[in-house]
Amino acid sequence: MAPLATGRGGVSRRSYQALTIVAEIAVPVALLIAWQLWTVHAASPKFPRLSTILVDFRDMWLFSQFGTHVVPSLERIGAGFGIAVVAGIALGIPLGLSRWARLAAMPHIEYWRAVPPPALLPISIVLLHSIGNVQKIVFIAFFCLFPVLLNTIDGVRGIDPTFIDTARSYGLRRFERIRRVVFPAALPQIVAGMRNSLSLAVITMVLSEYFSSTSGVGYVLLISKNTFQFAPMWAAILLIGVLGYLLNVLFILAERRVLAWHRGWRAAASV
Amino acid sequence: MATRGDVAATLAAPERARWRRDRLSLRKLTEALVFTVSIAAALALWELISRTGVISQKDLPAMSTSFRELWSLVQTGDFWKAFGQTVRGWALGLGVATALAVPLGILLGSSDFAARAFRVPIEFLRPIPSAALIPLLFLTLGTTIKSEIFLAAFGAFWPLLVQTMYGVRDVDPLAMDTGRSFGVGRFERLYRIKLPSAVPYIATGLRISSTVSLILAFTAELFMGIPGLGQKVNYAQAFGLEKQLYAYALATGFLGVAIHLVSAAVERRALRWHPSQRVGAA
Amino acid sequence: MASRVARGGFRLMLEVKHLGKTYGTGEKATHAVGDVSFSVEDGEFVCVVGPSGCGKTTLLKCIAGLLRPSNGGVLLRGKRVVRPPEEMALVFQEYGRSLMPWASVRNNVLLPLRHKKLPRSERKRLVEDSLDAVSLTRFIDHYPWQLSGGMQQRVAIARALAYQPTTLLMDEPFASVDAQTRGDLEDLILRVRNEYDITILFVTHDIDESVYLADRVVVLTHSPTEVKEIVPVELPRPRDQIATKELPEFAQLRAHVYRLIKREQSVGEPAETTEAAGVPHNGTPV
Repeated sequence: MAPLATGRGGVSRRSYQALTIVAEIAVPVALLIAWQLWTVHAASPKFPRLSTILVDFRDMWLFSQFGTHVVPSLERIGAGFGIAVVAGIALGIPLGLSRWARLAAMPHIEYWRAVPPPALLPISIVLLHSIGNVQKIVFIAFFCLFPVLLNTIDGVRGIDPTFIDTARSYGLRRFERIRRVVFPAALPQIVAGMRNSLSLAVITMVLSEYFSSTSGVGYVLLISKNTFQFAPMWAAILLIGVLGYLLNVLFILAERRVLAWHRGWRAAASV
Repeated sequence: MATRGDVAATLAAPERARWRRDRLSLRKLTEALVFTVSIAAALALWELISRTGVISQKDLPAMSTSFRELWSLVQTGDFWKAFGQTVRGWALGLGVATALAVPLGILLGSSDFAARAFRVPIEFLRPIPSAALIPLLFLTLGTTIKSEIFLAAFGAFWPLLVQTMYGVRDVDPLAMDTGRSFGVGRFERLYRIKLPSAVPYIATGLRISSTVSLILAFTAELFMGIPGLGQKVNYAQAFGLEKQLYAYALATGFLGVAIHLVSAAVERRALRWHPSQRVGAA
Repeated sequence: MASRVARGGFRLMLEVKHLGKTYGTGEKATHAVGDVSFSVEDGEFVCVVGPSGCGKTTLLKCIAGLLRPSNGGVLLRGKRVVRPPEEMALVFQEYGRSLMPWASVRNNVLLPLRHKKLPRSERKRLVEDSLDAVSLTRFIDHYPWQLSGGMQQRVAIARALAYQPTTLLMDEPFASVDAQTRGDLEDLILRVRNEYDITILFVTHDIDESVYLADRVVVLTHSPTEVKEIVPVELPRPRDQIATKELPEFAQLRAHVYRLIKREQSVGEPAETTEAAGVPHNGTPV
């Protein structure tokens, strides 16, 4: 993002920076306090106090139910996302390189990427005859495939031909070229697709568990709703948010390491 | 070039022109052919798998059966009622999200301070899958279209907000400095420089958000029994009506494709107009 | 590096025979290269110059085996070039799009050695030796984009050297580098040529550079490209940026080549128009 030239109206740089940091902390804290105050005031069972929710959160997730529910959910996300990434890259590279293969595959890719995932939830259960882990993972993997696949194709197509020419002129055969040039060159774009895929994985995980499951965070969400246990329900919502946030943060950290060269290169090129 | 000797084709000029034209249309023809053959092959495969019982016809109705069922459904008013309900939920959800996200995005994008102050809450709320809010909606707004709109709008809001913020922030600083040096006022700078350059980003945000809005509108119908295509799918599954299940799934798929094609086309036009150097997302 | 005799005693390293490359068909055909013929002897330094847009890069890519010519062909030591040959290395002008940004300098120089069956120690030695030849040993673990333009091009040269070619093709390699650095790089390439005993085909638009470096200068016409004249450069070696350029012979050669190109430039128009044929040009030998 381009740095902004803001009209700060004469406020000195240091006090501006300090003010910003204060705001970054103060705003979330203020929102949380407001939440607590409002729920205390509203005194509605549907909106339990923030403090109650947090207590239930700790009780549920940090001890008893972590193994029974959080772990299966994470396993499904992990497996589904992992399969989607591997398949997306493995299919995306040849499709990016071959115009004919791409033409043949495009109608299918364009169709399936636009179908809303929940439309296929019941079908996935019918076809696979189960509501177990495999069904969930297949469901998650199927839809998480497309962001990675599409970005891989774009990334491969956008590679500067000079890189390929260089590799060819040094006698690298096709497989070596793909391994040492095509894949690294397309990686920034692939990683962007992976990030989208990850957030899609969380969503499809929750959907599939909420629809039909015997374990998992989505299942807990469903059960607590059905038994009118509001605080645990909120705690489940909170957990899903936290999971999504943490996974995102982890991903960004990993991305920083893997794509450090890309940032440096871009920065140097823009001078 | 007579002095240099001609190395090109030995055809005379009018023949050359015709040959060039034929080659171009030949290429387009083969592309269309590959496209059609690919789809036809997939449909044929579906038919084959189902009819030969590789997957039983109970679980996977044949392609012809499913399409026939869809065709008969399409002729009922009931189908179009459900279709219209889903479209309505989608449109209202997207509309509400746009009405909130774009102004807010412009506001937050224009002010570095505001953007940073609200960064943490946004980063935290953003990844929350809207699906997690379904039980909450059950118990508050109930199984009415209000829930559907809320869910769709909540999901569609975030991508659009983020994209709008990016767009407003990604203004070429040179353009802004030029404006400032010519004494262009703050509001006018916003209106004439920042907004136009943010349009492609907003277009991308709309594309993403329209997909999300459809997913969530359908989800609300599927899980909460709100009238629409999702409800029909749920009903078909619950009562073991496989043919209907597949027919409605197909219909939803086509709706999704239509929405995607339209929003992608709009995005392409907005992008073409802008000299963009952005990193694209799926 | 195999000595000249041990390389099979071929006098002619490279033979370009009636090379032509045309893109497209019919009216829209672009004759990137018309009909080019010349040869390069083993150990020679040959420069190729021509007016801008005369297809020098296309010519070089055809010789390097990256493009298939529409007419004619290239022989490398008697064998036809159909794909990038093992003993030829190519240095591009845009080092930023040729050096891999995701790899360190070391790994970049290693790239050509990947598919050669060499023991690890041998590969390491080759990398270190070639980086030493271009005086970049200190930066072996840096990333290319952390280095200046001139240094990056030296990395590209080191990479080409590590490949142990008999022939080096260079496509305006010093064009994107500042003038002072260019002089250093010119001397570097001359030194490298002597140390490694390689044949060099060097494309450039800089006339001074071409005369300074070459044993012979091939002057091209404008599109459709042919060889206008081959100018022998009999200046004494080793060349020196100051001493050689002070010689009257240098000025004469330089002026001669300059005149040839200026005439081509004034006649030259984009290939499609035929008005150019009507422009008078002072009876230059074709």
